[in-house]
Amino acid sequence: MGWKPEIITETGLQFFGRISASISHEIKNVLAIINENAGLLEDLTLMADRGQPIDPSRLKIMAAAVQKQIGRADGILKNMNRFAHSIDETAADVDLNQTIEFVKALTARFAAMRNVSVDLQLPTSSLTIPTAPFFLMNLLCLCLDFAMSASGDEKRVELAVAETENSAQIRFQGLAGLTEELLKTFPSDREKNLLAVLGADLTVEPEREEIVLRLSKNNV
Amino acid sequence: MSAKVLLVDDEKDFLDIMVERMEARGMDVSTACSAEDALKMVQTESYDAVIIDFLMPEMDGFSALKMFKKSRPDLSVILLTANVTEEKRIEVIKLGALDVIEKPADLNVLTQKIEEARARK
Repeated sequence: MGWKPEIITETGLQFFGRISASISHEIKNVLAIINENAGLLEDLTLMADRGQPIDPSRLKIMAAAVQKQIGRADGILKNMNRFAHSIDETAADVDLNQTIEFVKALTARFAAMRNVSVDLQLPTSSLTIPTAPFFLMNLLCLCLDFAMSASGDEKRVELAVAETENSAQIRFQGLAGLTEELLKTFPSDREKNLLAVLGADLTVEPEREEIVLRLSKNNV
Repeated sequence: MSAKVLLVDDEKDFLDIMVERMEARGMDVSTACSAEDALKMVQTESYDAVIIDFLMPEMDGFSALKMFKKSRPDLSVILLTANVTEEKRIEVIKLGALDVIEKPADLNVLTQKIEEARARK
Protein backbone atom coordinates (compact mmCIF):
# COMPACT_ATOMS: atom_id res chain seq x y z
CA MET A 1 0.00 0.00 0.00
CA GLY A 2 2.87 2.39 0.75
CA TRP A 3 0.89 4.66 3.07
CA LYS A 4 -0.49 4.44 6.58
CA PRO A 5 -4.28 4.83 6.95
CA GLU A 6 -3.93 6.25 10.46
CA ILE A 7 -1.63 9.03 9.26
CA ILE A 8 -3.92 9.81 6.32
CA THR A 9 -6.96 9.93 8.64
CA GLU A 10 -5.20 12.16 11.16
CA THR A 11 -3.82 14.46 8.46
CA GLY A 12 -7.21 14.72 6.76
CA LEU A 13 -8.98 15.53 10.03
CA GLN A 14 -6.36 18.16 10.90
CA PHE A 15 -6.85 19.72 7.47
CA PHE A 16 -10.64 19.70 7.80
CA GLY A 17 -10.40 21.19 11.29
CA ARG A 18 -7.95 23.90 10.28
CA ILE A 19 -10.00 25.05 7.31
CA SER A 20 -13.27 24.88 9.29
CA ALA A 21 -11.75 26.94 12.12
CA SER A 22 -10.50 29.52 9.66
CA ILE A 23 -13.93 29.77 8.02
CA SER A 24 -15.67 30.15 11.39
CA HIS A 25 -13.21 32.90 12.30
CA GLU A 26 -13.95 34.76 9.07
CA ILE A 27 -17.70 34.44 9.58
CA LYS A 28 -17.39 35.80 13.13
CA ASN A 29 -15.52 38.82 11.78
CA VAL A 30 -18.34 39.40 9.30
CA LEU A 31 -20.92 39.06 12.09
CA ALA A 32 -18.97 41.54 14.21
CA ILE A 33 -19.29 44.20 11.51
CA ILE A 34 -22.99 43.48 10.95
CA ASN A 35 -23.50 43.57 14.71
CA GLU A 36 -21.89 47.02 14.97
CA ASN A 37 -24.08 48.28 12.12
CA ALA A 38 -27.15 47.01 13.96
CA GLY A 39 -25.84 48.69 17.11
CA LEU A 40 -25.35 51.96 15.27
CA LEU A 41 -28.88 51.73 13.93
CA GLU A 42 -30.09 51.28 17.49
CA ASP A 43 -28.01 54.30 18.59
CA LEU A 44 -29.56 56.40 15.81
CA THR A 45 -33.12 55.39 16.71
CA LEU A 46 -32.49 56.24 20.35
CA MET A 47 -31.24 59.66 19.24
CA ALA A 48 -34.33 60.04 17.03
CA ASP A 49 -36.51 59.29 20.06
CA ARG A 50 -34.82 62.27 21.70
CA GLY A 51 -35.67 64.48 18.73
CA GLN A 52 -32.54 64.23 16.60
CA PRO A 53 -33.63 63.27 13.06
CA ILE A 54 -32.00 60.35 11.27
CA ASP A 55 -30.10 61.32 8.16
CA PRO A 56 -31.33 59.03 5.32
CA SER A 57 -27.92 59.12 3.65
CA ARG A 58 -26.43 57.64 6.82
CA LEU A 59 -28.93 54.77 6.65
CA LYS A 60 -28.01 54.21 2.99
CA ILE A 61 -24.32 53.87 3.92
CA MET A 62 -25.19 51.40 6.67
CA ALA A 63 -27.36 49.31 4.34
CA ALA A 64 -24.51 49.17 1.84
CA ALA A 65 -22.08 48.14 4.60
CA VAL A 66 -24.37 45.29 5.70
CA GLN A 67 -24.93 44.16 2.09
CA LYS A 68 -21.16 44.12 1.56
CA GLN A 69 -20.68 41.85 4.56
CA ILE A 70 -23.54 39.58 3.46
CA GLY A 71 -21.84 39.20 0.07
CA ARG A 72 -18.59 38.42 1.84
CA ALA A 73 -20.22 35.81 4.09
CA ASP A 74 -21.97 34.27 1.09
CA GLY A 75 -18.61 33.81 -0.65
CA ILE A 76 -17.09 32.27 2.48
CA LEU A 77 -20.03 29.87 2.89
CA LYS A 78 -19.97 28.85 -0.77
CA ASN A 79 -16.31 27.95 -0.34
CA MET A 80 -17.14 26.07 2.85
CA ASN A 81 -19.87 24.10 1.08
CA ARG A 82 -17.56 23.21 -1.82
CA PHE A 83 -14.84 22.22 0.61
CA ALA A 84 -17.22 20.04 2.65
CA HIS A 85 -18.36 18.25 -0.52
CA SER A 86 -14.79 17.62 -1.67
CA ILE A 87 -14.77 14.51 0.51
CA ASP A 88 -17.90 13.06 -1.21
CA GLU A 89 -15.96 11.23 -3.89
CA THR A 90 -12.75 9.39 -3.12
CA ALA A 91 -11.76 9.52 -6.78
CA ALA A 92 -12.81 11.97 -9.49
CA ASP A 93 -11.57 13.90 -12.51
CA VAL A 94 -10.72 17.39 -11.32
CA ASP A 95 -9.80 20.58 -13.10
CA LEU A 96 -6.39 21.40 -11.67
CA ASN A 97 -6.59 25.13 -12.40
CA GLN A 98 -9.90 25.42 -10.55
CA THR A 99 -8.60 23.32 -7.66
CA ILE A 100 -5.51 25.51 -7.26
CA GLU A 101 -7.60 28.68 -7.38
CA PHE A 102 -9.87 27.16 -4.74
CA VAL A 103 -6.94 26.22 -2.51
CA LYS A 104 -5.66 29.78 -2.83
CA ALA A 105 -9.08 31.06 -1.71
CA LEU A 106 -9.25 28.62 1.21
CA THR A 107 -5.79 29.62 2.43
CA ALA A 108 -6.11 33.36 1.77
CA ARG A 109 -6.51 34.11 5.46
CA PHE A 110 -3.37 32.11 6.36
CA ALA A 111 -1.43 34.02 3.70
CA ALA A 112 -2.79 37.34 4.98
CA MET A 113 -1.78 36.43 8.55
CA ARG A 114 1.79 36.00 7.30
CA ASN A 115 1.69 38.96 4.92
CA VAL A 116 2.57 36.58 2.08
CA SER A 117 1.19 37.15 -1.41
CA VAL A 118 0.34 34.09 -3.49
CA ASP A 119 0.38 34.45 -7.28
CA LEU A 120 -0.82 31.86 -9.77
CA GLN A 121 0.59 31.09 -13.20
CA LEU A 122 -2.00 28.77 -14.66
CA PRO A 123 -2.23 27.35 -18.17
CA THR A 124 -4.84 29.00 -20.38
CA SER A 125 -6.46 25.65 -21.20
CA SER A 126 -8.00 23.46 -18.52
CA LEU A 127 -5.99 20.54 -17.21
CA THR A 128 -8.00 17.61 -15.89
CA ILE A 129 -6.47 14.85 -13.80
CA PRO A 130 -7.94 11.78 -12.12
CA THR A 131 -7.29 12.12 -8.41
CA ALA A 132 -8.65 12.00 -4.87
CA PRO A 133 -9.98 15.61 -4.62
CA PHE A 134 -9.85 16.03 -0.84
CA PHE A 135 -6.38 14.55 -0.46
CA LEU A 136 -5.08 16.59 -3.38
CA MET A 137 -6.32 19.78 -1.72
CA ASN A 138 -4.81 18.62 1.56
CA LEU A 139 -1.42 18.09 -0.10
CA LEU A 140 -1.60 21.40 -1.99
CA CYS A 141 -2.40 23.25 1.24
CA LEU A 142 0.50 21.60 3.08
CA CYS A 143 2.89 22.44 0.24
CA LEU A 144 1.61 26.01 0.10
CA ASP A 145 1.92 26.33 3.86
CA PHE A 146 5.54 25.19 3.67
CA ALA A 147 6.18 27.48 0.69
CA MET A 148 4.86 30.44 2.68
CA SER A 149 7.19 29.54 5.57
CA ALA A 150 10.09 29.44 3.10
CA SER A 151 9.20 32.62 1.20
CA GLY A 152 11.92 34.64 2.98
CA ASP A 153 11.94 38.43 3.02
CA GLU A 154 10.23 38.66 -0.37
CA LYS A 155 7.04 37.16 1.12
CA ARG A 156 5.76 36.14 -2.28
CA VAL A 157 5.02 32.61 -3.48
CA GLU A 158 4.18 31.74 -7.07
CA LEU A 159 2.41 28.56 -8.11
CA ALA A 160 3.19 27.73 -11.73
CA VAL A 161 1.32 24.88 -13.37
CA ALA A 162 2.58 23.09 -16.45
CA GLU A 163 1.54 19.97 -18.32
CA THR A 164 3.86 17.24 -19.56
CA GLU A 165 2.94 14.12 -21.54
CA ASN A 166 2.04 12.04 -18.48
CA SER A 167 1.87 14.47 -15.61
CA ALA A 168 0.87 17.86 -14.31
CA GLN A 169 3.61 19.80 -12.56
CA ILE A 170 3.00 22.40 -9.89
CA ARG A 171 6.03 24.49 -9.02
CA PHE A 172 5.95 26.43 -5.76
CA GLN A 173 8.44 29.17 -6.54
CA GLY A 174 10.07 32.08 -4.79
CA LEU A 175 11.26 30.11 -1.77
CA ALA A 176 14.23 32.38 -1.00
CA GLY A 177 14.07 31.43 2.68
CA LEU A 178 14.56 27.70 2.13
CA THR A 179 16.98 27.08 5.01
CA GLU A 180 18.64 23.83 6.15
CA GLU A 181 16.36 23.87 9.20
CA LEU A 182 13.24 24.06 7.06
CA LEU A 183 14.50 21.39 4.71
CA LYS A 184 14.69 18.99 7.66
CA THR A 185 10.95 19.37 8.23
CA PHE A 186 9.66 18.84 4.70
CA PRO A 187 8.29 16.60 3.37
CA SER A 188 7.09 15.17 6.68
CA ASP A 189 5.18 11.90 7.15
CA ARG A 190 1.97 13.78 6.37
CA GLU A 191 3.11 14.87 2.91
CA LYS A 192 4.80 11.53 2.23
CA ASN A 193 1.63 9.59 2.97
CA LEU A 194 -0.51 11.93 0.87
CA LEU A 195 1.97 11.61 -2.00
CA ALA A 196 1.67 7.82 -1.74
CA VAL A 197 -2.14 7.94 -1.71
CA LEU A 198 -2.17 10.21 -4.77
CA GLY A 199 0.61 8.38 -6.62
CA ALA A 200 2.37 11.73 -6.80
CA ASP A 201 5.98 12.79 -6.56
CA LEU A 202 7.59 15.78 -4.87
CA THR A 203 11.10 17.21 -5.07
CA VAL A 204 12.60 20.07 -3.13
CA GLU A 205 15.11 22.05 -5.15
CA PRO A 206 16.86 24.58 -2.88
CA GLU A 207 19.18 25.90 -5.59
CA ARG A 208 16.15 26.81 -7.72
CA GLU A 209 14.29 28.02 -4.61
CA GLU A 210 11.28 25.84 -5.39
CA ILE A 211 9.43 22.65 -4.70
CA VAL A 212 7.93 20.68 -7.55
CA LEU A 213 4.85 18.51 -7.21
CA ARG A 214 4.15 16.07 -10.03
CA LEU A 215 0.70 14.53 -10.39
CA SER A 216 0.06 11.65 -12.75
CA LYS A 217 -2.50 12.27 -15.49
CA ASN A 218 -3.27 8.59 -15.68
CA ASN A 219 -4.12 7.22 -12.26
CA VAL A 220 -4.79 7.93 -8.61
CA MET B 1 -12.57 63.84 30.61
CA SER B 2 -13.23 61.27 27.92
CA ALA B 3 -11.69 57.81 27.86
CA LYS B 4 -8.71 57.60 25.51
CA VAL B 5 -8.75 54.32 23.62
CA LEU B 6 -6.55 52.71 20.98
CA LEU B 7 -8.46 50.25 18.80
CA VAL B 8 -6.39 47.78 16.77
CA ASP B 9 -7.83 45.54 14.06
CA ASP B 10 -6.88 44.68 10.48
CA GLU B 11 -10.56 44.90 9.41
CA LYS B 12 -10.94 48.52 8.33
CA ASP B 13 -14.75 48.25 8.07
CA PHE B 14 -14.84 47.09 11.69
CA LEU B 15 -12.57 49.92 12.84
CA ASP B 16 -14.64 52.57 11.07
CA ILE B 17 -17.96 51.62 12.60
CA MET B 18 -16.51 51.00 16.06
CA VAL B 19 -14.91 54.45 16.02
CA GLU B 20 -18.25 56.04 15.11
CA ARG B 21 -20.10 54.23 17.89
CA MET B 22 -17.42 54.76 20.53
CA GLU B 23 -17.00 58.45 19.70
CA ALA B 24 -20.78 58.83 19.96
CA ARG B 25 -20.34 57.59 23.54
CA GLY B 26 -17.84 60.35 24.20
CA MET B 27 -14.63 58.35 23.84
CA ASP B 28 -11.46 59.63 22.21
CA VAL B 29 -10.56 56.81 19.81
CA SER B 30 -7.37 56.25 17.82
CA THR B 31 -6.91 53.30 15.48
CA ALA B 32 -4.16 51.08 14.10
CA CYS B 33 -4.38 48.33 11.50
CA SER B 34 -1.43 46.34 12.83
CA ALA B 35 0.09 45.42 16.19
CA GLU B 36 3.40 46.91 15.04
CA ASP B 37 1.80 50.32 14.46
CA ALA B 38 -0.05 50.04 17.77
CA LEU B 39 3.22 49.34 19.61
CA LYS B 40 4.72 52.52 18.21
CA MET B 41 1.64 54.48 19.26
CA VAL B 42 1.63 53.28 22.88
CA GLN B 43 5.25 54.33 23.20
CA THR B 44 4.44 57.95 22.37
CA GLU B 45 0.89 58.32 23.66
CA SER B 46 -0.90 57.41 26.87
CA TYR B 47 -4.14 55.43 26.52
CA ASP B 48 -6.69 54.34 29.09
CA ALA B 49 -7.09 51.08 27.19
CA VAL B 50 -5.89 49.28 24.09
CA ILE B 51 -8.43 47.01 22.41
CA ILE B 52 -6.77 44.60 20.02
CA ASP B 53 -7.96 41.78 17.79
CA PHE B 54 -6.43 38.47 18.78
CA LEU B 55 -5.57 37.33 15.26
CA MET B 56 -3.69 39.93 13.29
CA PRO B 57 -1.20 39.64 10.43
CA GLU B 58 2.41 39.06 11.47
CA MET B 59 1.89 39.39 15.22
CA ASP B 60 -0.80 37.47 17.13
CA GLY B 61 -2.54 38.68 20.26
CA PHE B 62 -0.27 36.75 22.64
CA SER B 63 2.87 38.30 21.15
CA ALA B 64 1.33 41.77 20.95
CA LEU B 65 0.13 41.57 24.55
CA LYS B 66 3.61 40.58 25.76
CA MET B 67 5.16 43.48 23.81
CA PHE B 68 2.60 45.97 25.15
CA LYS B 69 3.18 44.87 28.74
CA LYS B 70 6.95 44.96 28.27
CA SER B 71 6.77 48.46 26.84
CA ARG B 72 4.04 49.78 29.18
CA PRO B 73 3.46 47.43 32.15
CA ASP B 74 0.55 49.53 33.42
CA LEU B 75 -1.31 49.53 30.12
CA SER B 76 -4.79 47.98 30.14
CA VAL B 77 -5.19 45.64 27.18
CA ILE B 78 -8.51 44.12 26.12
CA LEU B 79 -8.34 41.37 23.52
CA LEU B 80 -11.10 40.80 20.99
CA THR B 81 -11.32 37.35 19.48
CA ALA B 82 -13.60 35.42 17.16
CA ASN B 83 -13.45 32.35 19.39
CA VAL B 84 -12.56 32.33 23.05
CA THR B 85 -12.00 29.27 25.21
CA GLU B 86 -11.65 29.32 28.98
CA GLU B 87 -8.03 28.16 28.60
CA LYS B 88 -7.29 31.07 26.28
CA ARG B 89 -8.97 33.53 28.66
CA ILE B 90 -6.91 32.27 31.62
CA GLU B 91 -3.71 32.37 29.61
CA VAL B 92 -4.12 35.97 28.41
CA ILE B 93 -5.17 37.18 31.85
CA LYS B 94 -2.06 35.57 33.30
CA LEU B 95 -0.11 37.52 30.70
CA GLY B 96 -1.64 40.72 32.05
CA ALA B 97 -4.65 41.36 29.82
CA LEU B 98 -7.60 43.10 31.44
CA ASP B 99 -9.98 40.73 29.69
CA VAL B 100 -10.72 38.89 26.49
CA ILE B 101 -14.06 39.52 24.77
CA GLU B 102 -15.61 37.42 22.05
CA LYS B 103 -16.68 38.91 18.71
CA PRO B 104 -19.35 40.03 17.98
CA ALA B 105 -18.86 42.10 21.11
CA ASP B 106 -21.51 43.93 23.07
CA LEU B 107 -20.39 47.57 23.09
CA ASN B 108 -21.94 48.05 26.52
CA VAL B 109 -19.70 45.30 27.90
CA LEU B 110 -16.70 46.79 26.12
CA THR B 111 -17.53 50.23 27.52
CA GLN B 112 -17.69 48.78 31.05
CA LYS B 113 -14.25 47.26 30.54
CA ILE B 114 -12.87 50.58 29.33
CA GLU B 115 -14.29 52.27 32.43
CA GLU B 116 -12.66 49.54 34.55
CA ALA B 117 -9.37 50.30 32.82
CA ARG B 118 -9.73 54.02 33.52
CA ALA B 119 -10.45 53.31 37.17
CA ARG B 120 -7.21 51.36 37.45
CA LYS B 121 -5.07 54.28 36.23
